[in-house]
Parts: sequence; C-alpha cells; structure tokens
Amino acid sequence: MALCVFLGPVVAGLAGSILPSFGYFPALGGEAFSLAPWRALAAYPGLGAAAWFSFWTGLAATLLSLAAALIFTAAWRGTVWFKAFQRLVSPLLSVPHSAVALGMVFLLAPSGWAMRAVSPSLTGFERPPDLATAPDPFGIVYVACLVVKETPFLFLMILAALNQIPDSPLSASARTMGYRRTIAWLKAVAPLVLRQIRLPVLAVLAYSVSVVDVALILTPVTRPTLGVLVLRWFNDPDLATQFVAAAGACLQIGVVLAAGLVWKLGELGAGRLFRRWIASGDRSRGENGLRVGGFALASLVGVLGGFGLVVAALWSVAQRWRFPDVLPSAWSLRFWDRHAEALLQAAGVTLTVAAVAAALSVLLALACLENEKRRGLKPGNGALWLLYTPLLTPQIAFLFGAQVLLVTIGLDGAWVAVIWFHMLFVGPYVFLSLSGPYRKLDPRYRAAAVTLGATETQAFFRVVLPVLLRPVLVAAAVGVAVSVGQYLPTVFAGAGRFETLTTEAVALSAGGDRRLVAMLALSQSVLPFLGFLAAIMIPAWLYRDRRELSGFR
Amino acid sequence: MSAVSAAVDDPETGRGPEPCSELRSAGLALRSVSASIGGRDLFINLNLSVGPGEIATVMGPSGAGKSALLSHICGVGDPDFSFGGSVALNGHDVGALPASQRRIGVLFQDALLFPHLSVGENIAFGLPTGLGRDERNARIAAALADAGLTGMGGRDPATLSGGQKARAALMRTLLAEPKAVLLDEPFSKLDAALRDKFRRFVFDHVRERALPTLLVTHDPADAAAAAGPVVELAPP
Amino acid sequence: MLGPLSANFAGLMARVKGALAASVLIGGLAACGAVVSSASAQSADARWEAVVEKARGQEVFWNAWGGAEVYNDYIAWVGEQVQARYGVSITHVKLGDTAEAVRKVLAERSAGRSTDGSVDLIWINGENFKTMKDNALLYGPFADRLPNFALIDTEANPTTVSDFTVPTDGLESPWGMAKLVFIHDQATLPEPPRSVAAILDYANANPGRITYPAPPDFTGSTFLKQVLYETAADPAALQRPAGENFDAVTKPLWDYLDAINGSLWRGGADYPKNSAALRQLLDDGEIDLAFSFNIGEASSAIAQGQLPETARTYVLDGGTIGNTHFVAIPFNAANREGAMVVANFLLTPEAQARKATPSIWGEATVLSIDRLDAAGRAFFDAIPSDPASLTPEELGATLPEPHPSWMTRIEEGWLQRYGS
Repeated sequence: MALCVFLGPVVAGLAGSILPSFGYFPALGGEAFSLAPWRALAAYPGLGAAAWFSFWTGLAATLLSLAAALIFTAAWRGTVWFKAFQRLVSPLLSVPHSAVALGMVFLLAPSGWAMRAVSPSLTGFERPPDLATAPDPFGIVYVACLVVKETPFLFLMILAALNQIPDSPLSASARTMGYRRTIAWLKAVAPLVLRQIRLPVLAVLAYSVSVVDVALILTPVTRPTLGVLVLRWFNDPDLATQFVAAAGACLQIGVVLAAGLVWKLGELGAGRLFRRWIASGDRSRGENGLRVGGFALASLVGVLGGFGLVVAALWSVAQRWRFPDVLPSAWSLRFWDRHAEALLQAAGVTLTVAAVAAALSVLLALACLENEKRRGLKPGNGALWLLYTPLLTPQIAFLFGAQVLLVTIGLDGAWVAVIWFHMLFVGPYVFLSLSGPYRKLDPRYRAAAVTLGATETQAFFRVVLPVLLRPVLVAAAVGVAVSVGQYLPTVFAGAGRFETLTTEAVALSAGGDRRLVAMLALSQSVLPFLGFLAAIMIPAWLYRDRRELSGFR
Repeated sequence: MSAVSAAVDDPETGRGPEPCSELRSAGLALRSVSASIGGRDLFINLNLSVGPGEIATVMGPSGAGKSALLSHICGVGDPDFSFGGSVALNGHDVGALPASQRRIGVLFQDALLFPHLSVGENIAFGLPTGLGRDERNARIAAALADAGLTGMGGRDPATLSGGQKARAALMRTLLAEPKAVLLDEPFSKLDAALRDKFRRFVFDHVRERALPTLLVTHDPADAAAAAGPVVELAPP
Repeated sequence: MLGPLSANFAGLMARVKGALAASVLIGGLAACGAVVSSASAQSADARWEAVVEKARGQEVFWNAWGGAEVYNDYIAWVGEQVQARYGVSITHVKLGDTAEAVRKVLAERSAGRSTDGSVDLIWINGENFKTMKDNALLYGPFADRLPNFALIDTEANPTTVSDFTVPTDGLESPWGMAKLVFIHDQATLPEPPRSVAAILDYANANPGRITYPAPPDFTGSTFLKQVLYETAADPAALQRPAGENFDAVTKPLWDYLDAINGSLWRGGADYPKNSAALRQLLDDGEIDLAFSFNIGEASSAIAQGQLPETARTYVLDGGTIGNTHFVAIPFNAANREGAMVVANFLLTPEAQARKATPSIWGEATVLSIDRLDAAGRAFFDAIPSDPASLTPEELGATLPEPHPSWMTRIEEGWLQRYGS
C-alpha cells in the first residue's frame, strides 16, 4: 500500500533512534547491546529538571491555548471582535514559531521595545536593566510564546469544527432557557467541539512538549528543555555522544507519551467536572469572568504576536537602532535589497517543495479518508499512530535513521526525497485538519448523489470535494505552512543542496544579526500567509453566491 | 431478539394475504429481508410488495431500523448493519448493483440540496446524460415551473424557503427518472400547513409517474394519506 | 607517497571493520590512483596538472558555517574566482553547525556509500576534525600536495599542521588564523581590563556587565581556556592530554569562575548562546566587554551597523589563545579534485590578502610573508588599516590551544557547576 512506502522512513527513523540508545550503531563501532547510553543519560546533570520542564511547559501551553481559543469563541462568537481575531489568525498562523519567539525577545527583553517605550523617561534607564525577562528562568515567556502560536491553530480547528456543528441553534436554545451567552455556548456546543478537535489538541501537546527552536530562543542556557539537550548531544562533535543523544530522543518520546497520558486522564477528570457543571444548571455564574478572561487571553495573543511582528518589521529596515531609542536612528533597505535575489530564488524552491508536498498530502489524506469511507473502516488503527510518529519523535533523532534509508536507496539530494521527507511532517497536519470536516460531512449528500445516478467517484468529485473545498484548501494551507517551516528535513533529505527560506534563515540567524533575522522571519511568513489567504479567498470568491460555503456567515 | 414483523396488508385495499410471498414482476419487492446490527436482530423475514403508483408505509419507533432499511434498498447502506433477503425492482434483483445503477430515488428528511450548486444546477444533477442542451434546459425549466420555482434556477439554495427547498429536492429526484422512490420522513421537518401541501405534491407526482414508493414515517397521518400497505416495525 | 598512505590505511583498518573497510580501501585507492598516477614517473607539477584537469567542470559542495554575511560573501567570491580560473563551480551549503556535515558523512558511511558522497569540502577544525579523523571519515593526506602549501612555514607556524594539538597529517588544509580578541566601546569603557584577573576585578566592581557565552560554544570555551592558561601554575601541562593532574591544574580555573559567577550578567543564571549574542549585548549596552575569535569582527560589525563607531579591539597583555581553521575533504567526496583546487586557491596570496582585509573578513593569513614573491607581497601591502582592528604587530603573542581532552572535561565540569 502507498501508505507503507510513505511511512518507510518513519520505521527507519524510529529504529535509528531506538537501536543506538541501546548501544547498537555499527558505523560508530557499537555492535553490542548495552544500557550504557541510558546510564550516561541518567547521569547527565540537570536531566530530570529538563525533562520536567519540557513536560509541564508543554501541558501548560496546550491547556492555556485551548482555554484561550475555546473561551474566546464561546464569549465572542458573532461579534466584531470575533471577526477581528479571525482576520488576525491567518497572519499569526503563517509566522514560523521561531519568528514569533524572536518577536517576543524583540518586544520583552530588557533591551526590547516595551522597555524602550518607557526608557529613559519613566525608568531612568540609559542602559537596559540586568533583568531576566525574555528568556526568563520560570519559563513564563516560553509558555506564552507557545500559546501565541498554538491558540490561532486551535482557533482555526474550532472554526473548522463549527462548520459541521449547528452551533447557533444549539446555543440559542440554551439561551432561551436562561443561560447567558458564554455559558450557553460552553455547555451546549463546547463538548461537541472538543470531541472533534481531540487530535489537533494532541498534536499541539506533542509539539509543545518537544519543540526545540522556540526553546532555544526563549529558555535560559542554564534551564534547557529536554529537546534542547537532545539537540545539543546530537550536535556534539564527539560522535560517542550520539548514543546518549539516541537515548535522550527515546526519553523524549516517553515524555511526550506521558504528557499525552496525563492529558487523557485530565480529560476524564475535567469531563466529569464539566458534566457536573452542566448538570448544575448554573446559567450565569462566571459569565462576566469568562467574557473578560477570553477577551484578555485573545488580545494577549494578538498583541504579543502582532507587536512582535511589527517590531520585527522595524528591525528589518533598521541600520542602527540602539537602546533606548524607540525607533531606529538610521534606516536602510539594504538587507532587503541585498538579499532580494537570493530570497526570490529560495522562495521558488520553498514554494515548489511546499506546494507539491501539501498537494500530495491532501491527495493522500483524501484517498485514505475516501477509502476508509467506502470500505467502512474505522479510524484509529496502528497506521494512524505510525502517521503521527514524526510529530512525536525529536526530528533530529528520527531523521538520522531516515536518512540512512535515503542514502541506501540513493535518493538523498533529490527533489523527490525532500518532498517525501516534508510530507512526513506535512501529512499528519493535513490529515488531522481534514479528517474532522471530512468525517463529519453529512453522509446523505453522498447518498443523494449516488441515488441520483452518480457513481461513487462522480459523487466524490461533483459533491464531496466542492462542498469540502474550504476545509481542503485550509488543510493545504496548513500543509504549506508546515512545509515552509521545515529545517532539518530539508537539510537531511536534500543533502544540504536545497536552499529554502528556512535553511537560509537558520544558517544566517546563527550570526545573530537582528535585522537579518527579522527580515528572514518576515520572508518566511509571506508564503504561508498567501496560502491561508488563498484558502479563505478562493472559496469566498467561487462561492460568493453560496451562503453556506462562502465562509462568511 | 426483536419481535418478528411480517407485512401487514391494508384490509381496505381488499387484497388478500397471499401475494406477500410472491414476487410481482412490476414494482418494488422485498423478500425475507432481515436486518441486524452488531449481531443483534432488528427485524427478520420482512416481505413487502409495492406496485406501480402504490405508496407503502413503514412505521416504527426510532431505532427500529427504518432508515437503515431504506439505505439498504437504495444501496448506500451503513456497513454497521447487515442485511439478509433480497430486494427486487421490476422483477430484477438489485442487491448486486451499485446505488448509482439501481435507479431508486430517495427523498430525505432534509432537502439536502447541494450547497455549492444553484437551484437549477441541483435539479440538473439528476438529469440523465446524453440529452441535448435544449432538451436539458427545457426539462429543468419545466421542473422549476412544476415546483413553483420559475425564474429561481440561478438562486442559491440557501436562500429558498423550507417548502421551496423540499419541492426542488423532489424535482431533482424525479428528473433522474427513477424506477422507484423512497421517502425518508421527508415531511417531518415541515410545519403542519406546509406538510399537507407538500405531501400531496409528492404523492401526486409519484402516482402520476406510476412509481412504486416506500415511505418511512412516524406520523400515522402520512400512512393514511399514502393509502397503501403499512408495515409496522417492532421496537428494538 | 606509499608510506603515509599505507600507514593511514592501517589506522583505518583498526577502526573500520569488514566490508565497510574494504569498500573505503578500494574507493580510496582508486581515487588516490587518479591523483597520484604513477608517482615515481611524474613530477609534482604534472600530478597537480592532472588534478586541475580532472577538476574542470566539477561542482564542489562546500559545507561551511553560514552564519555571517561577510563570510558568505567571501565564499561567493571564491566561487566566482575558481569558476573563472579553473572551471570549478562552488555551491555553498550553509550550515548552522559544522556537526551537521559530520553527521551527513557518517550517515553516508552507515548506508555504505563510499564514493559519490554529497559533501566535497568542509570548513572545519578542532573537535569536529578530531572526530572525523578518529573515525576515518576524511580523505587524504592531500594538503601537502597542494602547490601553495609550500607558502606556509609550518615550523614558524605550528598550528597550521597541529589542530588543537592533534596532528593534521595532511588530512586538512589550513585556511586562516583565528585569535581571541576582545571588543569594548571606547565611549563607555575607555580603559578595558587587560588580563583575566583584571576582568574579575572589573566584574566585581560592576556587577552584571561581564559575561561569556556558555560552553560548549566555541567562543565561550575559548574564554575558559584563556582563564585556564593565565591561571594555571604550569601552562605547559596543557599541551599534554589531561590525566591525574586534571583537578590540580584546573583548580585555579574553578576558583576564578566561582569568584566571578555572582557578578556576571544575570547573576550567572543565564549566559549568551554564542559570540554573536555577546556582541549584540555589547551593542545594546547590557554588557561592557565582548570577545570574538574573528580578529576583524569589530571592523566588519561597525561597517554592518552592528556595533557603535566607537567599538575597538584589543588583546590581553599576556597574549590570547589562537588557532588555525582548515578545510577538509570527506573520504567519499564526489568531487575531490575540485575540492583540492578550491583548497589550493584559498592559499593563494590574493585570496589570503582579501581575507585579511578588515572590511571584508579581517583575519590573519596562514601564509608566511617571507615565502611570497613580490607580486604576492603586494596584495598584503595594499590592505588598508582600520582603526577598529589591530595590526599583526598589535595582536601580540598567541597562546596555543590546550589538548582537546582538557576541554572535554572542563566543559563537563562547567555544566555540573554552572550549566544546570
């Protein structure tokens, strides 16, 4: 089956992480199994703290993002504020994680824009104070950054779910029973929404526990996450450390699974409380708090994300911008000018890879879902877990094994390899953003089509696909955004020969020039932004006369 | 184990009990049809014949397998259910045919007009292929007029009223030239005044075309208006 | 020629086993055959001609750290030059970390690819070199076959053949000389501290104004080496592998770090990630002192608008740690002749003088000026001076890198004490 070929690297990648963790790595002379790597891992100073840090920040970020997206939707759906946030979502989703993290530093660091705005007038600071604000030792800004990035994603997933849920009649009927707006929505609609976005939430959890690039920027050197440590070990010039790195990668998988388990248990407990709350009949208690809280969380996301981007834009055209100047003292377009050609070229490669990987992933996801539908298969089998493995495993561990496979079959450095590897990460996101809307599509549309004489295939192309055009395009846009952000898969599969916006950004950001980094972060955001824009505008235009599908209801 | 329900002939039609075991060549015939879900029987040995222009009614509480039966007959069955027995249309067993070739039209509880197509395009969806453009347009226009939707062919289905939607859905089904029609509670969501009107509209059309019709409903008034055989499915 | 070759292969055999070794051996021999082709009959010139001939039309994938625009621009310039002169094109594979290239070669060997590898040339030194050498991932020896290698006086310049005290054995070719230099802003700190002891005093008097990148960052580790060197009772011990004497030799280093830690930026609870972050902190005014392994850093940073015009470079009175960086060719490089042509071009007086120009890169040459002809010297004489950088005379004494075993253990110790 096509899926097996597609997932080959996943198996190779897993083997490439697990075997070395038990000392088996023939190319480095490790030919006997042993527990030595695990012992070395356990002895590493600060390992427990790092694992715990990854664990709780991931859970906290997921919980807060979900709460922000859900409560805001509950309290403000149908208002101008809701529309405003909806408009903000696409740009925020398009910005790579690392760019949001940099934006937070630009904004919140002691030399950041927030401090400049009040210095020296209010603070008297002529030089930045010696305060650990971003990164901070408690992980607050780190979690905040993840929330800024994940809330829009979950918000989008909630919107997609709402396409299939008759939420206005449901919450309206609750309101007629005396429930106030937010409470009504939370009690009548939220349980249905939550059931539908379970997979995206778990993906956010896995991502937040194992993310590396954000942690590199927003955690102090002395308070690394487990992911940062694993990266450190893999990059250690002493190849013997590869064994420890592999063991660390396996531990990382374990931490992700543990967080998933805790989340699941929490879900059960919260579900019970939630049901009790629903049954309590409370109609208005907490309404105001929820409204204010939802608004505050959403605006925090918007302000932190949005302002970070604005400050990044300023940096990209600054020549000199020293503390405590609020605006650059000398401006220059030379970074854009100098790099325009290289950027365009890299953008071409990026777009090609992203478009093909996203399109193929959408096709594959549709084929899987259609197949599942026609054969009446139930989702949730082993293949699905395998599909999500690339999201659960530290990329760098996973990619080494996968690359050995690629080199063995002589495909490294080829377009097909880069696209294939991108699909390993694009595919799961496309699948999880598409499967909800797909499975929730009223099966009677299809039944109506076939009883009118259309074959299954005709029904798919003439009814299912057009009706699902918006979720399909949104899934493709999510895929493009994921593909654009891939660094290690591009480097590994492309044998370093594919220059994308992200490889350029990572290589150049090693030099730490804020203006260059800001410019690259913005350029990285452009393609995904256009993708999301297309995903919204194409159906809106095609279906401008079709109220149910235009997306403006 | 659920109770057994056999076809119950309407005494008013004056037909005796014997034809139920016979497959009549014209019309829709169910023979020894049984349904189960997860190994649990919903009904067994259901026999029913519906002649041309006749409207049979299947009644029963929710969960009795009414809708599953209709899905089975038209060939879009839910794989969770398993069925036994045979379904024949005009003397031919349709069990092996895909839904698209059975020529059994369905009208659902909701109009289910395709939201991406205009009203006219929805109606045209059912038209057989191979017609000339003029012929197609003429049939669409006639169907629109028939449904009281003249001039609304270009409209977004979402802008139609409930009654308009329902009539358009019937036209779509009829234009596919079905050999039989299944009605899955198509009147239940309409308000009382509209319901009677639309029911008459539907029944007139299927009778006029002499289509064997099977109606699933909760409403005894529907069954009375159908004036055909009635099957009562037992509670699960 | 056969002597060192077979010695090298004996080393290989000891490390690599079975079929893997055989394939490396055959691949290596075949390639050497092409390069050396009947060593006894032909002159060195003719052999080099053969390499140049074979290189024509090759595309060299040069894996080099891509974090600095000035370096990238220089590499681009090299690409234009070798294209025009030798018909060799260069693709700069920009790395975030040199270890990525090492792992790529390792993955290729794991998959049994002993020819046609994807990496042709690596910018490398220190631990990455030691790793590749120890694991027989390098092609060579080739350095002494490059005609321009003769322009290097390896006796006067021992670090050109000894990378962090590890003998290069011709497996890498020198490219440039790096040296730890300190950068301060004249406007805020006119009289910077000129020894590690003075730096400690300054930090204690001005808490929060001094820091160093967290090891194992290269610049951070070098700062620790500098402290180690200046505080050790017997610096000569550092040239030998660390052993029983580790605790005794490094005790003054730990005392120093303990004494300074509380007065560091962020009270020692966080450290900058690398020298770029350090420079940024200096520009922001958060700290008073930055340092760099690139002698021309201050000049190019001022030109780029990354440091104030008043930034100046200086070195410590007792001299600072210095080393040489190199280019190496992986054992399975697909375009090794092209890579050798590039390595040789990097050693031309023109390329070296360009690299030594402060506004372009500003790094000391590996060539010995007295071995150059008049034309070669003219390139160096034409280099303009820059107020923010130091002249070769001002750079002062160069302290040698300690044996790598010291840093491995010091980095571990640092992590235990301050890093977690």
